[in-house]
Amino acid sequence: MTSRHRRRPAAALGLALAALLLTACGGAGSGSEDQAADDAVVVYSGRSEGLVGPLLARFTDSTGVAVSVRYGDTAELAAQLLEEGDRSPAEIYLSQDAGALERLHQAGLLAPLPARTLDLVPATYRGDDGTWVGTSGRARVLFYNDDTVAVADLPDSVLDLTDPRWKGQVGIAAANASFQSFVTAMRITLGEQAAEEWLTAMVANDVQRYDNNSAIRDAVDSGQISLGLANHYYWFEKATEVGAESLAVQNHFLAARDVGSLVNVAGAAVLATGAEDADALRLVDFLLSSQAQEYFATTTFEYPLVAGVDPADGLPALADVEGPDISLGQLADLDGTQALLTRVGLL
Amino acid sequence: MAATLTARGPARQRSTRTSGVTALHVLATAASLVAIVPLGYLVARAGGLGWGTVWDVLAQERTVALAVRSVGLAAAVALTCVVVGVPVAWLAARTDVPGGRWWLAVAALPLAVPSYVTAYTWVAAVPSVQGFLPAWLLLSLSCLPYVVLPVAAVLSRVDPALEDVARTLGAGPVSAFRRAVSPLLLPAAAAGGLLAALYVLSDFGAVSLLRFDSFTRVIYTSFRASFDRTTAAVLALVLVVLAVGFVLLERRARGRDDRWRVGGGVSRVPTQIGLGRLRLPALAALVALYGLALGVPAVMLAVLMLRGRRAWDAGEWLAAAGNTVLASGVGTGIALVLAVPIGMLAARRVDRWTRVVESAAYLGHALPGVLVGLSLVSLGLAVLPGLYQSLALLGFGYAVLFLSNAIGSVRSAAVQVPPVLEEVGRTLGAGGLTTWRRITVPMTAPGITAGALLVLVTAMKELPATLMLRPTGMDTLATELWTRTAVGAYAEAAPYAVTLVLAAAVPAFLLAQLVGRTA
Repeated sequence: MTSRHRRRPAAALGLALAALLLTACGGAGSGSEDQAADDAVVVYSGRSEGLVGPLLARFTDSTGVAVSVRYGDTAELAAQLLEEGDRSPAEIYLSQDAGALERLHQAGLLAPLPARTLDLVPATYRGDDGTWVGTSGRARVLFYNDDTVAVADLPDSVLDLTDPRWKGQVGIAAANASFQSFVTAMRITLGEQAAEEWLTAMVANDVQRYDNNSAIRDAVDSGQISLGLANHYYWFEKATEVGAESLAVQNHFLAARDVGSLVNVAGAAVLATGAEDADALRLVDFLLSSQAQEYFATTTFEYPLVAGVDPADGLPALADVEGPDISLGQLADLDGTQALLTRVGLL
Repeated sequence: MAATLTARGPARQRSTRTSGVTALHVLATAASLVAIVPLGYLVARAGGLGWGTVWDVLAQERTVALAVRSVGLAAAVALTCVVVGVPVAWLAARTDVPGGRWWLAVAALPLAVPSYVTAYTWVAAVPSVQGFLPAWLLLSLSCLPYVVLPVAAVLSRVDPALEDVARTLGAGPVSAFRRAVSPLLLPAAAAGGLLAALYVLSDFGAVSLLRFDSFTRVIYTSFRASFDRTTAAVLALVLVVLAVGFVLLERRARGRDDRWRVGGGVSRVPTQIGLGRLRLPALAALVALYGLALGVPAVMLAVLMLRGRRAWDAGEWLAAAGNTVLASGVGTGIALVLAVPIGMLAARRVDRWTRVVESAAYLGHALPGVLVGLSLVSLGLAVLPGLYQSLALLGFGYAVLFLSNAIGSVRSAAVQVPPVLEEVGRTLGAGGLTTWRRITVPMTAPGITAGALLVLVTAMKELPATLMLRPTGMDTLATELWTRTAVGAYAEAAPYAVTLVLAAAVPAFLLAQLVGRTA
């Protein structure tokens, strides 16, 4: 056997691994000391780094308060917070969706916000019990491909998408939180039966299923399908990446008060574990400052929710995109929506 | 010529002669307890729901249908990997196909491309790609190295005297290969097929991009939409059962495992087989196979990278690359500490307890990373709150997930150490530890190193558990990639995908070298 020749790389690898393990233990020790030493606000962000990272950096620049951010998926972080409970290191939770915030509120994990913070935002866009507040608005829209669909032919209501002329032409992301919020809103406004009938008709009309809103947008853009249900800012994201002029996909806002015009929010909450830290609240207030609201309008292309800041060019005013008459907190009732989507075969 | 003995009888004696609990038993059992932490969590969660409700979830028609779909995909991929992988390994390790052993390096490279990246590049190239067929093909291409590498390693080591003896006894070349060599390949091929099957069971990224409804995809869906950990836990228990099924199947296919040789002199280097007229067709087949597995992702990543408009941050990129190496290195270290006793015990013992211990260690590989992550969140906070969200806990998570990748290599290396050598060491007066250090470790070192490299390359690509367990503020290449693809910034994500592939290519390449060198 030639074992002697083989021993050397194995020994080197062993040494390297031992060094790494030592680093890990050392790192772990110093990490927890760091946390105790400086009091950075610990944020669990269900919003991506590209979107909120620069904004949080501005907060640190203007206040001197350090922020330590953990980025993740909105729902996965909510599950992690539920798992962590009162031992969570997190002080702030940023969510892409009102339902996740309401769910944490129901679990008793959120601290109440003061009225002066809540009052910056219209009552529609904050938690009924005052534990979370919307920081930006996200409108549901209908994507269309302007090569294959004439503007005059676009429907006014999401209910018209069951028309045979759109057979196999409409994309949805049934697993996506924003689609499920929309279905929840439909169950609340039109009733369980009407919602089930609509979904069943959509399935019968060969609705096309995608994994997320970006995939729907790209499918509409490539002409694979003509229409898609998604949120308004996905169009702006793509336009920024590849240029608006090269896009065939466009946003269409459905009629006011149509359930397809739901405006959901991305929002913020202070966790009970962060209630003692005044800096945590400062961060929430910062997100509602005109500086941050303008950032949302011009960088993430979401609707600012605080009075006095205008949305991005080309968007109708928020007051005109009137959604259905529901409380956003009701969107936490996802179990019923999931059961419904499962029943009709979409999940 | 070396007198060769492939023992079967003596092994049986050995296991009965030295039965009883040894230190190795204790160590291996402790190590496998670590691997079943997620299972304990799932049972606790599901139990909290009440067993009646658990039954309701399980008995749904849809649950059964999904289980069938997932098993079908996993079995199809595993079989494809074995059927394609064994000839590929043979071509690369034993024949005069142009390129020769360089093909082993190429064959290791799909390990470096995360299956979600492969799937993404294919979807970007052909948007209509979806469903069972593409999922089957792409996952097979991704998992092929699990079979090619261990089989090539065995082929490089097999003493050609075995075939010679078969030939002198009147067997033709094909029959000699089938009867003398293929039984030696079976354990390696079966273990590789098992890893492929378990990988497919736990895969989320590729099946979701290709829109194939698998069990794991539905677990994620229900989990993401309703923050419902309980239903996800119940469904994951089904995955555990399916995984155990595959482990048992592999055990049957593997058969008995004593493949050591003793004899005067050394094993001869296997002869190269001339392919003759088939040389070029064989080359064409390899080029076509790896063109699909590597060429398409490479070209599409390059196209996407050039399409991007935004500048990228070199500091951020460098930090992510460093963190990736650091975290996966720590994970590999912990995985090895756990895998070596389990692999050694599995090689030496055939008792029932050993089988249970070894099987348990495979479970982590079959579970969705998000549930392994949650189980460690729960355990970390309850047992070691000081280590919560530290590099050490993240590494521990990798070890739980990828322990199984190392066990197979350690075991296949250890079964080739003739126990008689250790016994000789003992009779010459060396203690157990000295014997282990001077005989067992040197002889199994290549296998242990191969196992370490396989864990390293897999851990580098891990995403869901990394998101939950990493220290707050620490980014790896996989999380940076995810951050960008999650918001649809594919062009911006491409440099991270390329770096991840290149970084993972290093251990993959070393692995291929190691496999080649054992000749």
